[in-house]
Amino acid sequence: MGLKNQVLQALSTRLGPKNVLTRREDLIPYSFDGTAALKQLPGCVVFVRSPEEIADVLRLANQTKTAVVTRGSGTGLSGGSLPSRDCIVMCTVRMNRILEVDERNLTLLTEPGVTTLDISMAAERVGLFYPPDPGSMKISTIGGNVAENSGGLRGLKYGVTRNYVMGLEVVLPTGELMWLGNKCVKDVAGYSLKDLFVGSEGTLGVITKVLLRLIPLPGTKKTMVATFDEMDRAAEAVSAIIAAKIIPCTLEFLDRTTIQCVEDFAKIGLPLDCEALLLMETDGHRAVVAEEAKAMAKICRQQGCRELRVAKTVAEGVKLASARRSAFSALARMAPTTILEDATVPRSELATMIRFVDQIAKKYELRIGTFGHMGDGNLHPTFLTDERDQKEMHRVEEAFKEIFDEAIRLGGTITGEHGVGLAKKAFLPRFLGDTQIDVLRKLRKVLDPAGILNPGKMFD
Amino acid sequence: MLVELAKSRDGERPSYLKGLDYSVVQQCMHCGLCLPTCPTYDATQLERNSPRGRIALMRSIADGELTATETFADEMYFCLGCLACMTACPAGVNYAELFEQARAEAESARVLTSPWRRFIRMITLNWLFMDHARLQVLGRLMRLYQTTGLQGLIRRCGIMELMPGRLRDLESMIPEIQPNFSDELIAPRSLPKSGAARYRVALLTGCAQDLIFSDVNRDTLEVLQENGCEVITPANQPCCGSLHAHNGEWETAKVLARRQLDLLPPDQFDAIITNAAGCGSHLKHYASLLKDDPVYLARAEEWDGKVKDIHEWLVEIQFRQPEAKRPEVQLVTYHEACHLCHGQNITSQPRDILKAIPGCELTELPESNWCCGSAGIYNIVQPEMANDLLDRKLAHIESTRAHVVATGNPGCLLHIQNGVRKQGSDLRLAHPVTLLAEAYRREAHGE
Ligand SMILES: Cc1cc2nc3c(=O)[nH]c(=O)nc-3n(C[C@H](O)[C@H](O)[C@H](O)COP(=O)(O)OP(=O)(O)OC[C@H]3O[C@@H](n4cnc5c(N)ncnc54)[C@H](O)[C@@H]3O)c2cc1C
Ligand code: SF4
Ligand code: SF4
Repeated sequence: MGLKNQVLQALSTRLGPKNVLTRREDLIPYSFDGTAALKQLPGCVVFVRSPEEIADVLRLANQTKTAVVTRGSGTGLSGGSLPSRDCIVMCTVRMNRILEVDERNLTLLTEPGVTTLDISMAAERVGLFYPPDPGSMKISTIGGNVAENSGGLRGLKYGVTRNYVMGLEVVLPTGELMWLGNKCVKDVAGYSLKDLFVGSEGTLGVITKVLLRLIPLPGTKKTMVATFDEMDRAAEAVSAIIAAKIIPCTLEFLDRTTIQCVEDFAKIGLPLDCEALLLMETDGHRAVVAEEAKAMAKICRQQGCRELRVAKTVAEGVKLASARRSAFSALARMAPTTILEDATVPRSELATMIRFVDQIAKKYELRIGTFGHMGDGNLHPTFLTDERDQKEMHRVEEAFKEIFDEAIRLGGTITGEHGVGLAKKAFLPRFLGDTQIDVLRKLRKVLDPAGILNPGKMFD
Repeated sequence: MLVELAKSRDGERPSYLKGLDYSVVQQCMHCGLCLPTCPTYDATQLERNSPRGRIALMRSIADGELTATETFADEMYFCLGCLACMTACPAGVNYAELFEQARAEAESARVLTSPWRRFIRMITLNWLFMDHARLQVLGRLMRLYQTTGLQGLIRRCGIMELMPGRLRDLESMIPEIQPNFSDELIAPRSLPKSGAARYRVALLTGCAQDLIFSDVNRDTLEVLQENGCEVITPANQPCCGSLHAHNGEWETAKVLARRQLDLLPPDQFDAIITNAAGCGSHLKHYASLLKDDPVYLARAEEWDGKVKDIHEWLVEIQFRQPEAKRPEVQLVTYHEACHLCHGQNITSQPRDILKAIPGCELTELPESNWCCGSAGIYNIVQPEMANDLLDRKLAHIESTRAHVVATGNPGCLLHIQNGVRKQGSDLRLAHPVTLLAEAYRREAHGE
C-alpha cells in the first residue's frame, strides 16, 4: 500500500526533500533497532531539527492518521523504535546541540539527539558529573535514554536516567508544545507529568529538550576485579556487600562465556579460567573509597574469591568498565543471534535467580551467556542461538516464559531497563494486572486520541 | 569465505553476497557501537552511510530482498574502506570481507555504467596495474612531464584554468615521480651491513610505491640491513592485488596473488616485508582469497603468516636503536594509516620506532586513527568527502605544532602532502622508516 503520496508531498514541502527518505536503500537501514530478530520497513524516514518541525509532522500525521515512530540512534533492546508498517520514522539525531551548562544551578539543557557520552563529557569538562552510563552510551541519544529510562553501570549508587531529569520539553501527538519541570530542586505544582514522560517509550509525546541534573564529579575512584569458581559465590558476595551497608557505584557481573567474548574483543587480560567475575567500583572521597575498597575486598575473600585484582590507575579502571560495556555485543561472537533478557529481582534473591536461569538453560538445551548489573539485581541472561533455527527459537521463547514467571514469583519485574516495546508486550498485562493496564490505556488515549504515536508498542 | 558463487535470482549472474557464508552476513547484531567511529556516518548522520546500514543492505541482498542497484553500488563506493568499524565492533564482524564482496557484487551487477568510470577502471585496474613494466613506462613519461618544465609551463600558462575542475584537481594531485625506481636503487640480493645474516627476508616494493616512494623502499632496505637481514628484492614485482580486491575485481586479485606466490615462495623466507599499510592488510589475507584453490591454498596460508609490516617486523626482531652524539631535536607527530591500525592492528610499533630515534620527540595527534581521506583511490573518486577529511586532519596536525608528520602508508603520505602543499606550509611528511634510516646514516657519519 505504502504511505500516501499526499503525506510525502506535505512532509517534503515542510522539511525539505533532502530530509525525507523514501528510497528502499535508504529505508532498509532503518528497519530495525538493537533488538534481535525484529524487522519492518517504514514508509519513510524524516529528519527533524526543531520542536516546530516536529509539531508540524505530528499535526499532519494526526490529520491523515499516519503512524509516527520517533527514533534516536536505534540501539533500543525492546523494539521501541522499530517502525510500524507504512509509518513515518522521525529521526532526532540531527537535533544534537547541548544548549546550556549551568554551573550555578548544576544543570545541563540539551536537544534530544545528543549522545549520552557527549553529555557526560560536557559535564566533566566543568568538573561536573552525569552518572547514567548505559552500555550503549557512545551512541545512544539522551532522548532515547529518557524515553526508556535507561540504567547503566553506576545505577546502584547513582540511580537511573529518571533521577537526573529535571525538566522536559515535549510535543504532544496532537501537536501542542509543553514544558514540564524546571531548574528548581523542589517543585510540587500539579501532577509530575515530567515523570510520566520518562520511560514512556515514545508513546505519549516527542521529547524535544531535556533539562538534566548534574552532580559534582567524585574526587577519586577505585576499580577492582574479583574472580570466582562458582556463580553462586559471586552473587553471595554481592548480597553480602549490600548487607554490609556498602553502596559502591558499580557491581557488575560476567559469567565465563561472557568473559571469554569480552577478552576476545578487548584483550585486557581478563582471567579466562573462572566461572564468574565481579567488576566493582567505588568512588567519592579518597578516605571513603579506600575504606570501601578494603571492606569489599574482604567480603570477596570471605566468599572464597579466587583472585582479586585492583586497577593500578584510573585509566586501567576506565578500560575495565569500557570492556564491560561491550559485553552484550561481544557475546554476538558466539552465535548468529543473541537474544538477551532483562529480568530483575530484589537483590536478596539474586543467587536463586542465577541458579534458576542455569537450570532453565539446561532444561531447554540452550547456550547462554549471563552478565548484568548485579548490584541492581538486574541480570541479562543472553541466549546464543540462530534465528533461522525455528525449533530452537521456540525453546528460547519457552525458556523466557519460565524466567519471567520466576522473576515475578521472586518479587521482581519483567524488564529492569530495556523497556516493554514489542519484545515484552505480551507479558505486560499479566504483570501489571487489569486495573493498571486499564489506567495506562486511558491515559494514552487522552494524550494521543488518534493513536498515531508508536502504535502497537507497550500495550494495545 | 567464498563457498560457491550462488546464482542470483534474476538469472545467470553469480552473487558474491549470496555466496558468502551466511554467518559472516549475520554476525552484525546492529548494536550501533561502530557508528561514532565511521567517518561517513559522522559526516551525514544517515544510517545508510554507516557500517550498520551498509551491512543491512548487504544482508538484504544476501536474503534476496534487494538487488544490487546503482544506489547500492554508490553506497559501497562512498564507504572509505577505512575499517574503523572493525576496530570498534565488539561482535567481531568481518567488515573487510563484507566490503570487498559487496563491491564485487556491485561490479558484477554492472550497475555503475558511466563510460568514463569504465574507461578509467579498464585502464588502471585491468591494464596499468596488471603489469609493472607498463606502470614504470607511465612513470617515466610523468617524470618527463615534470622535469622538462612542461608541468610548470602548463600550470603557468593558464591552460589548466580552462579545464573542468575535476581534471584540474587531478592534475594537481599528480605526485612527484622519483628519478630512480626501486630496481635501480636496490640490488636483487643485499646482505646485512655487518655480521652474518640472522634472517632472510623478501622486500615488496609495491606498484605506486615503486614510482613515487622508491626512496622509502631504499630506506626500508637499509634499515633491514642494519638489523641483520639478508634482503631479497626481485625487480619488476607484480601488484599485490589490493587495489583490485578493494575495488570489486575479485577474480583479478586472485590472479595477482598467485603471481606473487610464484615469485616469492614463502618457504624460502623468514618474513615477507611490506612498508605500505594498504598492501599489507591485503597481503595477509591471501588464504581467504584463494580458499577454493587447492593448488595454492597451503602456500597462501604460509604466506599469510610470514607477511609482516616493516614496523611490526622491526619490533619483533628487537631492532637496534641508533646512537647519536648530537641528536637533532625534531617534534614529530604520528598519523595512523587506517590499514595499519584498523586493518592490521598495528598501533604501538610505529610509535616505538619513532621514540627510539635520537632527538625525536613524539607528540600525539588528536584523532590519530581517523581516516585522512586518502583511502586508496577514494580521493580521486570522492573528492568532496576526501577533502573534508583532509581538512580535519590538517587542523589536528597544526594543533600539535609538529615539524614532521610520520605515517606508514604511501597513500596517506601523498594525500596529506598535497594538503600541506596547498596550505603553503613547510611541514615535512615522512615514513617512520625513513626517519629511522636517516638516524642510522647520521650515526654512521659519527654525528
Ligand atoms: C550494546 C548495547 C548496550 C546497552 N546497554 C544498556 C544499558 O546498560 N542500560 C540500558 O538501560 N540500556 C542499554 N541498552 C539499550 C539502549 O541503548 C537504550 O534503551 C537507549 O536509551 C536507547 O537510545 P536510542 O537513542 O538508541 O533510542 P532508540 O532505540 O532510537 O529509541 C528507543 C525508544 O525511545 C523512543 N525515543 C527516542 N527518542 C525519543 C524522543 N526524542 N522523544 C520520545 N521518544 C523517543 C523511541 O520511540 C523508542 O521507543 C543497550 C543497547 C545496546 C545495543
Ligand atoms: S558492525 Fe559490529 S559494532 Fe557495528 S552494529 Fe554491527 S555488531 Fe554492532
Ligand atoms: S570502512 Fe570506514 S567508512 Fe566504511 S563503514 Fe567502516 S568505518 Fe565507515
